[in-house]
Formats: sequence, C-alpha cells, structure tokens
Amino acid sequence: MVFETLQVSIIIMNKEKIIQVEKLTKTFGNFTAVKGITFDVYKGEIFGFLGANGAGKTTAMKMLIGISNPTSGKAIVAGLDVATQSDLVKMNIGYMSQKFSLYDDLTVNENITFFGGIYGLSRKQIKEKSIQLVEELEMQNVANNLVGALPLGWKQKLSFSVALLHEPKIVFLDEPTGGVDPITRRQFWEMIYTQAHKGTTIFVTTHYMDEAEYCDRVSIMVDGVIEALDTPKNLKQQFKVNSMNDVFLKLARNIE
Amino acid sequence: MNFDIAIVIAIEMNIKVQNISKSYNKIKAVDAVTFEVNSGELFGLIGPDGAGKTTIFRILTTLLMPDEGNATVAEYDVVADYKAIRSSVGYMPGKFSLYQDLTVEENLEFFATIFGTTLAENYALIADIYIQLEPFKDRRAGALSGGMKQKLALCCALIHAPKVLFLDEPTTGVDPVSRKEFWQMLKRLQLKGITILVSTPYMDEASLCDRIALIQKGKILKIDAPQVITANYEKLIYDIQSKNTHGLIHDLKNYSSHYSVYAFGEFIHYIDKNVDFKPEDLQQYLEEKNHSDIIIKKAETTIEDVFMDL
Repeated sequence: MVFETLQVSIIIMNKEKIIQVEKLTKTFGNFTAVKGITFDVYKGEIFGFLGANGAGKTTAMKMLIGISNPTSGKAIVAGLDVATQSDLVKMNIGYMSQKFSLYDDLTVNENITFFGGIYGLSRKQIKEKSIQLVEELEMQNVANNLVGALPLGWKQKLSFSVALLHEPKIVFLDEPTGGVDPITRRQFWEMIYTQAHKGTTIFVTTHYMDEAEYCDRVSIMVDGVIEALDTPKNLKQQFKVNSMNDVFLKLARNIE
Repeated sequence: MNFDIAIVIAIEMNIKVQNISKSYNKIKAVDAVTFEVNSGELFGLIGPDGAGKTTIFRILTTLLMPDEGNATVAEYDVVADYKAIRSSVGYMPGKFSLYQDLTVEENLEFFATIFGTTLAENYALIADIYIQLEPFKDRRAGALSGGMKQKLALCCALIHAPKVLFLDEPTTGVDPVSRKEFWQMLKRLQLKGITILVSTPYMDEASLCDRIALIQKGKILKIDAPQVITANYEKLIYDIQSKNTHGLIHDLKNYSSHYSVYAFGEFIHYIDKNVDFKPEDLQQYLEEKNHSDIIIKKAETTIEDVFMDL
C-alpha cells in the first residue's frame, strides 16, 4: 500500500505541470472571494474542481482562463502568466460552459467555422476540421441545422469538440453536463476520457458527485480556500466515507 | 374536528392531468400525459432537459394552454378557472425570475403585495428558510450565490401561503450541500400540508419523493413510488471495478454477452444478457485483458439504472 502511494507520487513528480497556481487571491471591495489558493495540475490529468455555490470556484476559474485579473498571487497556465499574458492564455486553452457554448442561431457548420476563426485557424484548417468533427460526432445529417434545434446532449458534445478545435493543451469545462440525460452524460465522460488519453488536460467543474469519481484528482473549495485535494479514493479514505458525495457534504457543510 | 378539516383539505389540493398534449410548431413537447398527484403528496417529475417538464408546469400554472386534454389543480380547471389557480398556487420557475435589482427584502415585499398579503402575515411558513437569508436581506438578488437565489425564490413562491407548490428544477446547478438542505425544506413544507410537484434532472433526488413519474421526450414512461420502481426492476446489476476505469468500460463493452455498461461513480454498472451469467467467467476475461484489483459484486438498483433501460 505504502509502495503503491510512493509509486503514484513518483509518477506525478515526473509529470509536467500544466497549471501552477500559487497563493492566487481575488478581492472584490472588502470581500475576498479566493483566498490565496495553491495547487498544480498535471499534463493529461482529469482534474475535478469542486465546491459549493459561492465558494469561489467561478472566480478562481475566471482568473485561470485569463478573463479576470488576480488581486495577488500567481497562476501559470500552459506556460503563460494569466496576469500579464492573458490574451495568449485564451489562445492556448479551450473553454466550454453550460451557460454559454455555441450560437443557437448558427448551424453546426457555421458554429465550427466561427469558432475556428476566433481561435485563429486558417480556412483550410477549418474546412478539414469541420469535416472530421462532424463525422466523429455522427452529425452529418444535421450539419446544416441550427444548433438551437439540437437536443441538449448533442449541443454539449459539439460544444466540447469546438472547444478543442485549436488543439489546446488544456480545456476548461464549467458544469458541462448539467441537465443532460443520464446516457448522454456518460457518453460525454467517455469523450473526456478519450481526450485525456490523447494528452489533453481536463479541468472540470460539476455538481454531479458520481462524476467526481471519474476524475484523477479532485479539489474541493470551501469559502475561498481549497480544503482538500487528492484522488477520489484517498479523499474517501481520509474522510472515512464511501462516496464523494459524503466527502463533499462533510467538507462543505454550513457555509454561505 | 381536526380530522374533518383534514378531509376537506384532502379533496381540494390534488392535481389531475388527463391526456395533456402540447406542440411547438411541429415538435410535440408533451405527448398525451396523464398523472395524478394526491393531496399532500411530494410528487417528482424526473427527466432530462427537453423531456417536457417545464411545459407541463406552465400548463398547470395556467401560463400556457394545452392543445389537447384537460387538467385540474386544487379542483380548478387550468383553462376555465385560471384566475383561481393563480391565487392558490406557488410557482418557482426553472429560470431565476426574481428582480435582480431589488434586494432580498424588496423582492419578498413585492411578491407579498402582488398577492395582497404581507411578509408578516405568512412569516411562519417561510421562517426557517428566511432565517438563512436574513444576513443578506439588503443585498440585491442578482448578487446572491446560486444556493441563496434558490432559497429566496422559494420564499417568494410561498409568501401567499399557497395550497399547491410547483417547483421547476429548483436544484439544477446547485451544489450537493444546498440540494440536500433544499430537500429537507421541502419535506418540512409537506408536513405543513402543502402539495408539491417538483421536477429534477438529478436521478438521486427521485428517492426523496413519495411518488415519481419518469418522463422523456414528452412521454411518461413510468409512475410509482421510487422504491417500488427499483424493486420491480428484474435485471441483475453488477458493480464492477478495476484500476483502469476507462479501459474497463471499453473491455466490458466488448464482452460478448454484455447487455449494458454504464459508469456509476466509483463502479461500472454491468448487466449481462444471459440468465446463467457467471461472474467468474467475466473475472477471467478481465484478467486476460490485464485488469488488476478487479471487484465484481451485486449492485443496488437505482432510479438512474431503471431510467436508462426504459
């Protein structure tokens, strides 16, 4: 057992750090939403970023994707400083959220073209990617339909693929499966697994605690700080419970 | 004496839905749906986005007319008696619909006034929820966290002491702690005699309802007590685990007699096609595929298992 843990830590030490966060802090007026968090995410890892509503998750994530400036502390994402190189950060990461992902009034193909352009792909690349992506998702029959008319699960799968158009090293997924039916939710996670095996780092938030079990490592934020960070297995052992749901309930109770 | 009153209330507060259909353009959002919610019951509509849950709520709260069928809420017809329904039900829509620029307290006062009552008059009903909001009563609703918005929306839906409460996905996007607290609140409201129709995409919340309807693509697939639904599921589900989860899913899907393979938290839920399925054979197969730390054991059936097999 000890040997196994040792082995795991050696593997992790050898891994390339793709996100390095040190004492990252964000203050709004006299309210500190993120209180000096420190953690690393490794290449090819599925990293679950959990926390209660209001714990500071969204604020932390906004800093990591370069759309909010840290008050203090440092974050390096894909080798780039989020405070001074935020534009480059945006070019080198993928982002998908449940709230905003694709344009409902554009077709599948138009969305791909639009986001390909945003990410700076050439016309030729966009054309190739469109064909490949539509084929992989088996969306040939709906490629010229408006995205708004697609079932939510399809939209989410398409949106994930669009976030990967420019082959980013890391992709941020903000509650990607909220409200999605149980079968599609699982298909979505299989897409995540496949992408992680190709070496893409996945940084994901979710309120489904069964999905927390699918992550390599999970952090749980409570009241602006990271209260726990480990593999799901170790977290369950540490808190002497049988599920990630119980870990979460133990840690995040009585906040807000 | 009290007993008599209870019976009178029991007659008044049920929901009856008969053959309701509703289409948007050519898409049938709700397709001949029939169900009844008994007085004082906590009834759940369980299904993913796009199943037709919101359309059913809008019809029952008189915001939308059905194309076909009829429905009554507290014995009032949803079309003919729409005004009576509006004053006697509480509705918490799926989308946060309070005034973002008003404070917590202003929102509550506003909704109380609309329904011709005051915050003080029905305070007892919302007291245990409002206590948690009180520290933020001067904060604008738009600046509240998700869990707090949800609590405020529930207070506003309860401010006129409704007999029937409609909650459309109250826990979507809400963290597990707030979700748990929310369901505890619903149980307390139920004890106060309020009939509750609630919808959710979270299958684990189904077990907290007295009865549920599983709904997908506008059709109700099953109605019963959640415990009955899982108990009646005839297939045997196995919990399977190995060190490499992703590889395990893949290899199980290639096992010739597999019926279904779905990730379920730390285990994979596996169902075999054969009645005489032998776990030892599967164990051997997985060992041949170089899996280690293999666990194969009988799993407990959940609503999600049943739902995925409908």
